Amino acid sequence: MKRRDYLKNIGLSSLGLAALNPQVKAMEALEGAPDPKKVAPLKVPNGRTMDEAERDAKLMAEKFLNVHELATITILSDIIIPADGKSGSASQSGVTKFIEFIVKDKPEFKTPMRGGLRWLDGESKRRFSKLFTEITPKQRIEIVEDIAYPEKVKPQFSQGVNFFTLMRNLTATGFYTSRIGLDDLAYKGNTPNEWKGVPDDVLKQYGLSYDD
Amino acid sequence: MINSSIYIKSQQEVFDVVIVGSGAGGGMAAHMLTKAGAKVCLLEAGQPYDPADPKNITQLKWPYESPRRGANTTRPFGDFDAAYGGWDIEGEPYTRKEGTKFDWFRSRMVGGRTNHWGRISLRFGPDDFKRKSIDGLGDDWPIGYDDVKPYYDKVDRLIGVFGTNEGLRNNPDGIFLPPPKARLHELMIKKANKAIGVPTYPSRLSILTKPINNERGQCFYCAQCSRACQAYADFSSSSVLVKPAAATGNLTLLPYAMAREVTTDPISGLATGVSYVHTGTLQEYSVKGKIVVLAASAGETARLLLNSKSSRFPNGIANSSGVVGKYINDSTGASRSAIIPSLFDRKTYNEDGVGGSHIYSPWWGDNSKLDFPRGYHIEYGGGMGMPSYGFGWGIEGLNGRENFTRDGLKKAAGGYGATLKEDYRRFYGSYVSFAGRGEPVPREDNYCEIDPNVVDKYGIPVLRFNYKWSDYEIKQAKHMQDTFEQIIDAMGGKPMGKKPGADTNYGLADPGRIIHEVGTARMGNNASTSVVNSNCQAHDVKNLFLADAAPFVSQGDKNATWTILALSMRTSEYIIDQRKKANL
Repeated sequence: MKRRDYLKNIGLSSLGLAALNPQVKAMEALEGAPDPKKVAPLKVPNGRTMDEAERDAKLMAEKFLNVHELATITILSDIIIPADGKSGSASQSGVTKFIEFIVKDKPEFKTPMRGGLRWLDGESKRRFSKLFTEITPKQRIEIVEDIAYPEKVKPQFSQGVNFFTLMRNLTATGFYTSRIGLDDLAYKGNTPNEWKGVPDDVLKQYGLSYDD
Repeated sequence: MINSSIYIKSQQEVFDVVIVGSGAGGGMAAHMLTKAGAKVCLLEAGQPYDPADPKNITQLKWPYESPRRGANTTRPFGDFDAAYGGWDIEGEPYTRKEGTKFDWFRSRMVGGRTNHWGRISLRFGPDDFKRKSIDGLGDDWPIGYDDVKPYYDKVDRLIGVFGTNEGLRNNPDGIFLPPPKARLHELMIKKANKAIGVPTYPSRLSILTKPINNERGQCFYCAQCSRACQAYADFSSSSVLVKPAAATGNLTLLPYAMAREVTTDPISGLATGVSYVHTGTLQEYSVKGKIVVLAASAGETARLLLNSKSSRFPNGIANSSGVVGKYINDSTGASRSAIIPSLFDRKTYNEDGVGGSHIYSPWWGDNSKLDFPRGYHIEYGGGMGMPSYGFGWGIEGLNGRENFTRDGLKKAAGGYGATLKEDYRRFYGSYVSFAGRGEPVPREDNYCEIDPNVVDKYGIPVLRFNYKWSDYEIKQAKHMQDTFEQIIDAMGGKPMGKKPGADTNYGLADPGRIIHEVGTARMGNNASTSVVNSNCQAHDVKNLFLADAAPFVSQGDKNATWTILALSMRTSEYIIDQRKKANL
């Protein structure tokens, strides 16, 4: 394909096809029970091989984390990355769905995630006689403060801090690879352009030049 | 999906040439030979692949278009990488001798591994062909730089490569397109390198910064060469060689064709063609050819030779020397990363650039003053790239460091909430990474052979590897790590993680991990110590040629692809010449 033809087609390949992507549809189907009459034969999305598409479809159909676990993940992820003046929160960016998928895709996360959520509910019950989802935001922060700082953690919270670190990592990856997160970082690439070098004002700021 | 008629029909023809493998070497041979008018049958074990076919395109997709955000669960280099296959392919095992290591990367697709490679296109220099004469280790090639230079020139013109002529003796000048300007972190590296005496030059990558013909577009700077370019602005064998070969009308391309063995005439001992298994239907077929060219990759080519046993060739075809499989060698590789505090809170702009570093450091050391032979080059990473799976991971190891906060105060590592969000923004684009790629010393006792007990799902005996690094490579890796820290220090950076030490061989990657395996059927003038002659023609079978990295006697610290292309072109010209003289 020549460059100008390619440029003409960009809208189609990077946006149009995304909307038709069966993976995205399957993600949406997670919201409610799928109607078996509506299950279409597997269509291989562009950019995937047949084997990959089959594996993805199987993962999409699998249910691992339950409603309560997903609700807890949503609350925790928004504590880790809340909305601020610049951008939305983790859950607004789709982090819950991402974590729901990735623990099935990478099964080594299944037990740390499920067990970590149990640990959190156990700690919440011990302190406040309620599940983490049922306590007040202030009470939640009380627990989070004890597990958010690996270098300062008290020995009795060592398992909790490990779980929170996993949650922080998954939340950050999920958030910054979303549309909201990419915009938050002001990432400006992934689009045809001409690279002309570092802008002059930036060169000046760092005391560098192309003549050295 | 599978139309078997072409497989049945192709059995009835006698092709001028049958080529196994459609990567750099096989693609170049197909291109040269079809253009010269030969009827060519090209066997590829994988599926059809054209980087501009919307079915295949991952270029310019966003991370959220992958449910795993580009993680590497199914593809070793992530969901968007243009390599179908990887280190482990279901039903296609390989084994290792106890106590040794080797990982084998295979791409099962037209174009092979060239669809996703780093496009680093370095010529070997004069010294790289004559190492034994210099340090007494390994062997010299039977050819030298002057023999290959005209083909490097032609490859530069045919395929396109950017770079600069620097007049470096062992990093020869070429016919270069203009290089892209350095990114910000690359300018900082260059300045630091100057201070500590490490040379830095524009990279040499086969990416079109200017158009070179009407079939291929020009780079539009998305940094995604690893996803294969739909504008054909980088070199992939699929788009740049196989496609024009097909356009001649002289090419019969057979995908899904897993070669089993080279067939031979028991009387003449000449190759008569190749038998193969269709990977979809598991049907057995064979194609006949007057000449057979193997370009299946150094590993697969050795496997094919060794599996082509007959009463005439009891040790495998072209293996009267017993050398097939021996001397396999992969580049050394070690890496390190760092964070550069002066880049915190940097101004953002699109600095994707081309798919790879815009600068590199060719080897500068004087081995007579060092405790290891051979050298390495350094590739650099960093900048404001597109986030993907793994982004933000491990911030608890960073945001608690001294002087990493905006107000200069130390804060508790880890955390949550608005201030954590600020940390991610602050650190974005301030990472740099360093990767050394060096030359190992090929050894007879590093080898691959046929595993006596294991077959793949097609019933073909598999390779068993036996590979160990020696002190030479380990000491080279140590030198890489010391150099990386010097550069990081000179940049005012902070290294990430612990410096790899003796317990990990200084971070030296396991054999095979750099995906530069070469040398399994080396060339030479002596038929008892080499497999092919200096034209990559088998000593034992005059109509059998090798066109991948199997004939490499050594690999320099230069990535193999440009030399595979040049030698395949040279071998193809030799075949055409010999046919004209009726010697073949």
